[in-house]
Amino acid sequence: MPSLLFYLFAAITLGFGVLVVSARNPVTSALSLAMSFVGLAALFLGLDAYFIGTIQILVYAGAVMVLFLFIIMLLDIKAEEGKSPNLPAVAGGVILAVIMALQITTVCSSFDKGGVKIKDAPLNLQQAGESAKLATIANDLKAGVLPDAKLMGLTLFQKYGFHLQAVGLLLLVGTVGVVVLSRREKGVKDA
Amino acid sequence: MPAQDAAPTLPSLLLLLPLFTALTILFGHKLLKGASVFLSVASAVICFVISVMLLHSQDSAPMLFPFLSVDKLKIAIDALIDQQSRGMMLIVTSIGLLVHIFSLGYMKEDEGKVRFFGALSLFMFSMTGIVLAGNLIMMFIFWELVGLSSYLLIGHWFHKASAAEASKKAFLTNRIGDFGFMIGILMLFAANHGDVSFAGLKESFASGPLHQVAATQTTFMAFAAICLFMGAVGKSAQFPLHVWLPDAMEGPTPVSALIHAATMVAAGVFMLVRCAFVIEASPDAALIIAWIGGITALMAALMATQQNDIKRVLAYSTLSQLGYMVMAVGLLAMQVGSHLHEAGPGHPAMFHLYTHAFFKAMLFLGSGAVIYACHHEQDMWKMGGLMKHMPVTFVTFAIGTASLMGVPFITSGFWSKEAILGLAFEVKGGSPFFWIGVMTAMLTAFYMTRLFVVAFLGKPRTDSAHHAVEAPIVMVLPLIILAGLTLFSVPLARIFEAMKPDHAETHMTVMVASIVALVIGSGVGFFIYSGKDKDPLNIKVFANKFYFDEIYAVIVKIFQDTVAWIVAGLERLVVDGIMARLPAYLATRVGSAARVLQGGHLQGYTFLLGLGVLLVIYVVVFALPVSGH
Amino acid sequence: MITLNHYLIVSGMLFALGLAGVIARRNIIIIYMCLEMMLSAANLTLVAFSRFRVSEGLPDYAAQSLVFFTITVAAAEVAVGLAIIVALYRAKQSVETESVTKLQG
Repeated sequence: MPSLLFYLFAAITLGFGVLVVSARNPVTSALSLAMSFVGLAALFLGLDAYFIGTIQILVYAGAVMVLFLFIIMLLDIKAEEGKSPNLPAVAGGVILAVIMALQITTVCSSFDKGGVKIKDAPLNLQQAGESAKLATIANDLKAGVLPDAKLMGLTLFQKYGFHLQAVGLLLLVGTVGVVVLSRREKGVKDA
Repeated sequence: MPAQDAAPTLPSLLLLLPLFTALTILFGHKLLKGASVFLSVASAVICFVISVMLLHSQDSAPMLFPFLSVDKLKIAIDALIDQQSRGMMLIVTSIGLLVHIFSLGYMKEDEGKVRFFGALSLFMFSMTGIVLAGNLIMMFIFWELVGLSSYLLIGHWFHKASAAEASKKAFLTNRIGDFGFMIGILMLFAANHGDVSFAGLKESFASGPLHQVAATQTTFMAFAAICLFMGAVGKSAQFPLHVWLPDAMEGPTPVSALIHAATMVAAGVFMLVRCAFVIEASPDAALIIAWIGGITALMAALMATQQNDIKRVLAYSTLSQLGYMVMAVGLLAMQVGSHLHEAGPGHPAMFHLYTHAFFKAMLFLGSGAVIYACHHEQDMWKMGGLMKHMPVTFVTFAIGTASLMGVPFITSGFWSKEAILGLAFEVKGGSPFFWIGVMTAMLTAFYMTRLFVVAFLGKPRTDSAHHAVEAPIVMVLPLIILAGLTLFSVPLARIFEAMKPDHAETHMTVMVASIVALVIGSGVGFFIYSGKDKDPLNIKVFANKFYFDEIYAVIVKIFQDTVAWIVAGLERLVVDGIMARLPAYLATRVGSAARVLQGGHLQGYTFLLGLGVLLVIYVVVFALPVSGH
Repeated sequence: MITLNHYLIVSGMLFALGLAGVIARRNIIIIYMCLEMMLSAANLTLVAFSRFRVSEGLPDYAAQSLVFFTITVAAAEVAVGLAIIVALYRAKQSVETESVTKLQG
């Protein structure tokens, strides 16, 4: 991915991230988060993870953030007007964030020291095409296209089939749980 | 060398019979009731007979009972039968027997009669133990037992507050003396490698390890001797521990006669004579002992001149005479190259002890008869004219008074006082003691004449004196016997060879001095007091016993208050403060501080969590030496 | 040249932002959103590693599978979490963290 695009989308992600943390109005926070996710999805796409990027938009920005907005509207949460920020908490958070950022930066910058070189690792589609098992995948690879969804599907259903089923069950449980949690006590009507 | 394996039957019997009697009375008094008193008297008779039998036995040191044997520590109950103990035993058992008989009459109407005789038997047991003791530790054990018996007997009428106080006072004052005694014994124990038997100590002083110690470590020796002497100071009521003896008159008169005239108080002197070799080893100690004896003698005589209770006069008189004896012990020890090996009855102190025992016991019993006849009245100013009403008592009392004053030649008291004054005269550096002795003799004559004139001569001053009759025979008989002994004991003793006074050399000066003192004292007394109804002299200082009791009370109070103050402070500061409050306070503070961490705010927890994680990252990644990453 | 480091740094910053938000904000819903941001940061790391770890000429799809599962679980978690917040709102009539201090010791 060209560096410019990377920096652009990184800026979008982080910028809207800051907005999420500092906005007074919860709706603003939610929308900023949605935009941050979009930036993130763009980064995923830049990393040749097409399937994941799409899923990110669909699920996260599309479903999760909409849910958040629904709840914000439902509970009618007003903006925190007139309330001063909780200084000790803010200070604590800032301190932690700064320290963490420093640590990570330090660690990451030192990757090139000590002989370990990480550089843009090229993909070798032709070679992969030869060793691919499935015909469709092999054809796509030989044609110079990365069949991301097909490869993901192959990995998911072959190697992680059981995990897939488990996650399905988890979603069922989640649904049931939500229904149970939202039930009102007897005799109280929902406004 | 006394035979070690001599038959222990007689001494054991002598020792254990009174104990057996006391225990029987203790456990069986409900069964026996009145008969128990006769049991006690019977045991006294048997003991007397045994001690007479022992008179002619050989010197021996039989082991009666191996008391304690732990590794190298061996303490035995063994007896030492020699001239001293035989003589003393005779005194103790004879006077004991006479007092038992007297008490049959005196305590007839007393409801605690049985308890009294039980305690008397216990006392006989303890006193026998002291006399027969073959080593210092056994003597100390019985020393304490005698203190206990004395406590029981003085406090016989314990519902009377003054009697209970007096018995407590006696016990406590004795205890102070006993503490010193114990230290003295322990010092000798240490110096003589665990052997404190009399035979062993004597040998050690002559040629053993203690001989060395006496020559080189004079301070140690002096200290040990003085500590041993402390026991005598307590038991024989010397200055400054004399305060208990006058108060001890709260007990029944037979008790005063037996214990505080003849036997228990004499135990101190007896012990000193037994340990004469210790005192001789330290001339400094001997001097101190002589001075204390002299001071006691003089001081007590002064205090006696102003007492109004018959028994108190006699008590102070006893104190005074004990002072004489202690002074004699000290003087004899001061004499260089003295008659160390003749510490038998020939010892002037022992001689005076024997004669004093007889006439003082008789004086006490006589006063008991008088008190009984005047319906338990003890103030002599409420008596008078008893000469006509109680002739026998009058005569015996007169004989006793004469002996105490030292009327020449006829009375035994004269001979023994002569011996002491003679010793004081002879010894180098003894002249102050000689003059103290003479002064005291004069005062003795004075106050005894005062007592005699006021109580027996003149006209009866009260009704009870007017209606006094002679005491019953059971009380009068011991008086007569004792009077006889007072007059004839010296010649009798010479016949029986139980007592050999070989200090019979009499100096002209001494005799003249004592006779002059006697005449002046009795003359002045007679002159001042005959025909008077009230005491013309009123010397407060003497009457109030030099305010010793008050001074001691203040000292004790100060001491107690200081100790209590210190302990209270410690309690408040250390126990309460540091050990109880401080941990509690610390726990509270730490808890309050740590409470902050439990704010209940999830974000707070998250913050701490994040902080912890960053810390761990720092430690693992940056701090630990990991080469690159 | 964009190296792995860049992606990791971006991910780290995103995570730090999320953490700061969790600690600094009072509104529970916003805290929850910041939590989601932290999750996404982790996803980014995973995807980055997946791409840079090439086996047989292809990215390593194990990490991407993990991202798949993470997104799924996150969605379920958001649903349940918001249901709980709604219940909380019904009980306390407020979504401020100050009203949720039952753990206070």
